Amino acid sequence: MQRGFQSVLNRTTLAPGDVQLRIDNVRLSFGGVTALVGVSLQICQGEIFAIIGPNGAGKTSLLNCISGLYRPQRGRILLYQNGAEHDLTRLKPHEIARLGVARSFQNIELFRHMTVLENLLAGAHIHMRSNLLASMVYWGPAQREQMRFRRFVEDIIELLEIQAIRHKTVAELPYGLQKRVELGRALALRPSILLLDEPMAGMNTEEKEDIARFILDINEEHGVTLVLIEHDMGVVMDISDRVAVLNFGQKIAEGTPAEVRSNQDVIDAYLGEEHLASPFR
Amino acid sequence: MLTWARSTWPRLSANGKAPTVGRFRYGFPMAETLPQLLYEHAQRTPTRVALRERLYGIWQTLTWREYYEHVKYFALGLVSLGLQPEHTVAIIGDNRPEWLIAELAAQAVGAKSVGIYQDSVVNEIVYILNHADVAFIVVEDQEQVDKILEMWPQLHGVQKVIYYDPKGLRHYSEDFLLYFPVVEEKGRRYEQEHPGWFEERLAQGKGDDIAILSTTSGTTANPKLAMLSHRSMLSMGRNLMKVDPLTSQDEFVSFLPLAWIGEQMMVMSCGMQVGFTVNFPEEPETVQHDLREIGPQVMFSPPRIWENLVSQVQVKIEDATWLKQQFYRWAIGIGYRMADVRFRKEKAGLGLRLLYALADGLVFQPIKDQLGLRHLKRAYTGGAALGPDVFRFFHALGVNLKQIYGQTEINGIAVVHRDGDIKFQTVGTPIPETEVRIDESGEILMRSPAVMLGYYRNPEATAEALRDGWLHSGDAGYFDEDGHLVVIDRVQDVMTLHDGTKFSPQFIENKLKFSPYIKEAVVFGGDWPFVTAMINIDFANVGKWAEKHQIAYTTYTDLAQKPEVYALIRKYIEQANADLPPAARLRRFLLLHKELDADDAELTRTRKVRRRLIAQRYADLISALYSYASHIDVETTITYQDGRTARIQTRLAIESLDGKE
Repeated sequence: MQRGFQSVLNRTTLAPGDVQLRIDNVRLSFGGVTALVGVSLQICQGEIFAIIGPNGAGKTSLLNCISGLYRPQRGRILLYQNGAEHDLTRLKPHEIARLGVARSFQNIELFRHMTVLENLLAGAHIHMRSNLLASMVYWGPAQREQMRFRRFVEDIIELLEIQAIRHKTVAELPYGLQKRVELGRALALRPSILLLDEPMAGMNTEEKEDIARFILDINEEHGVTLVLIEHDMGVVMDISDRVAVLNFGQKIAEGTPAEVRSNQDVIDAYLGEEHLASPFR
Repeated sequence: MLTWARSTWPRLSANGKAPTVGRFRYGFPMAETLPQLLYEHAQRTPTRVALRERLYGIWQTLTWREYYEHVKYFALGLVSLGLQPEHTVAIIGDNRPEWLIAELAAQAVGAKSVGIYQDSVVNEIVYILNHADVAFIVVEDQEQVDKILEMWPQLHGVQKVIYYDPKGLRHYSEDFLLYFPVVEEKGRRYEQEHPGWFEERLAQGKGDDIAILSTTSGTTANPKLAMLSHRSMLSMGRNLMKVDPLTSQDEFVSFLPLAWIGEQMMVMSCGMQVGFTVNFPEEPETVQHDLREIGPQVMFSPPRIWENLVSQVQVKIEDATWLKQQFYRWAIGIGYRMADVRFRKEKAGLGLRLLYALADGLVFQPIKDQLGLRHLKRAYTGGAALGPDVFRFFHALGVNLKQIYGQTEINGIAVVHRDGDIKFQTVGTPIPETEVRIDESGEILMRSPAVMLGYYRNPEATAEALRDGWLHSGDAGYFDEDGHLVVIDRVQDVMTLHDGTKFSPQFIENKLKFSPYIKEAVVFGGDWPFVTAMINIDFANVGKWAEKHQIAYTTYTDLAQKPEVYALIRKYIEQANADLPPAARLRRFLLLHKELDADDAELTRTRKVRRRLIAQRYADLISALYSYASHIDVETTITYQDGRTARIQTRLAIESLDGKE
């Protein structure tokens, strides 16, 4: 296994297999509704970790807690990066992004009127050093920096095979490609950990296979840790190293795809108790 | 991908004298083989750009010196891994510098190469690999590696598989898999142990050595492999350039499969001789964009590409604003007038010339610029016949498009139009050193130094194709009053109409395919009382048309069976009929429920229709075409690219044009 931090697309400072993210007894409620009831998870560097569960189980809420969009009432979310322990529940979203927690959204959140290239560069801007003044002068350091970033972004373009649409406006692209661009923008952050909220939602089989391929490439080639929410069980079972199952805000199972597949609680949660058939292909 | 770092080059001419390597000396035209020519270019113009590849959105260059070094070290790497002169190196991949490097490397040490189309089906690849004594396979990426791994148990004699795009291959543990630069590194080590060996071996190359095996799109199951020597390849390029000179300043964009003789001919036979720059697009999807950035001086494409360009222009114009459409109509009318005057070899009057200059500046130049055709000195089409309308169109734009005739077995081009002597029903006159005659049966025979040595390990087929030094083309043709060769069709395909005239179904098909909405057409009529056609609609263009006319559809099959689409296609068929002799007019047609596909063996890889196979497979449809039925129910099995199959049940309408007469 490659050490993750050897790749330019991966910012982790951990060795593969080290604990990277520790979610500790997280509880989140909105008024009277409890979205997460004491969820605990450990995610290790270099793994593909899937979170599954029926609608409303709290999957996206958990992702939002990690990326700082929601603040849990109780519990801690610890990220290990740069040799230190960071409690994400105390940080602002942009500070969390700066630690290398990147994500994509269920519904596409791109700059629709900018080109693919501009969107990716925007994703990378967090690493740019030039200040406003230097950027206005442009020549010199700012130009060199721009060139360096362009080269970096081109790596992502090649990885995701979107050379042909580099200069296209995002709005004119089909949905499947927009999703791919969103994945690219998350990568442009140089993530240490990448959160994907339903990266394959609304795609046909071929597009799903493409995205699955890219996810594996990102993980295998660049050692990036991936946490993904996905409904297509075939894909989840195929590409994940470990799976956690949420139901009504609670973690009801965790383990390898094979273990989860045969877990009775999971079968019940998905199909109701009277069904005997497994929901998994 | 190659590393684009500048390489160190040993200064061979330290004493200021031209270095002598083996039998040849730089600057002295003694090179007999392609790699020897490469060596000469590397000596003569080491810092000139030989190859250019668009990577990371930027054109990256490789000079002749770097090109030569890559070839040298890759060749030595292969030798250190056990490559012998009797071996073949197979190459499967997109057009990239590595493709050419692998080919030249094999040739430099006396072996040969065979290019394989990437989209070939597994059985075909297995056949070629086993039949051609392939010891090394050079492939592009994971996709091809996976394909090879799948067929590995069926392969004998393959020693190593070398890939040049490492993406996704990091965790493959098979010990016969090697990364391209790793082989080059082995070559560098080999060079240290055997200094000077490469140059000596290079100098031993003879013009009569086999350079490549080129697959021919046979109509039978297994492809035949034509053995082409260095001498024959170079003679073809030399003779073509006597007619149509090219210079080292020219640019060429290589985007058609390098396994195809046409691409080999441009890149190797011509390019290696004059040393022009070969450019590789970033991805197959970016060809149009990259073509435009380079603006090549010469192009050689099969009719499909030219037909696509016409469709593109037509569709774009239909989408343009009213004013632009008016400009276009006005200009293209003048363009056609000018083209027709030139075809008649008359001199255009001053008025027409002035108008044409205006139309050119306002309309044609911008269109040509968009298509990347602006700097073309000339363009060739070949492989199949191109419809006269497409021809007229390009000449109206001022693109010097010429028809060629040739075959893999004669290294590509043997007959070509001369500048200013273009007749679109002919393929022109033979290039120098090429004799063409028609035998008693009407078959075209050719003799030239460019004729192949024979088919690899297939003496029966060789004996049939080469008799007394004449290449039997299998095509029927004749010379017209100006000495131009006219190719009718494959000998077996020429049909005799019910009134006794001989007619080529291809001619009618090309006429139909001029419509942007018709992608493929198969015409029948030889053994029948009248002429009919099965037609493939162009999904993209008809789909766009349907959207514009608010016709809802779901799939290809559904769209093809819309009455409105039948009416649309019927309009084009009636147009085509108007130009045809009455006996050759289409009486009935149907729109097929699926696209004819090379994967289903219905087309060859160069997209020629496999007529007999289609006649067998669609026998029911054909008999329905010749009945009074107004529709036919079909059920077919479709094989997807991943091997899954699906059944399609549908009803195809059959339309009659009889009522029109």
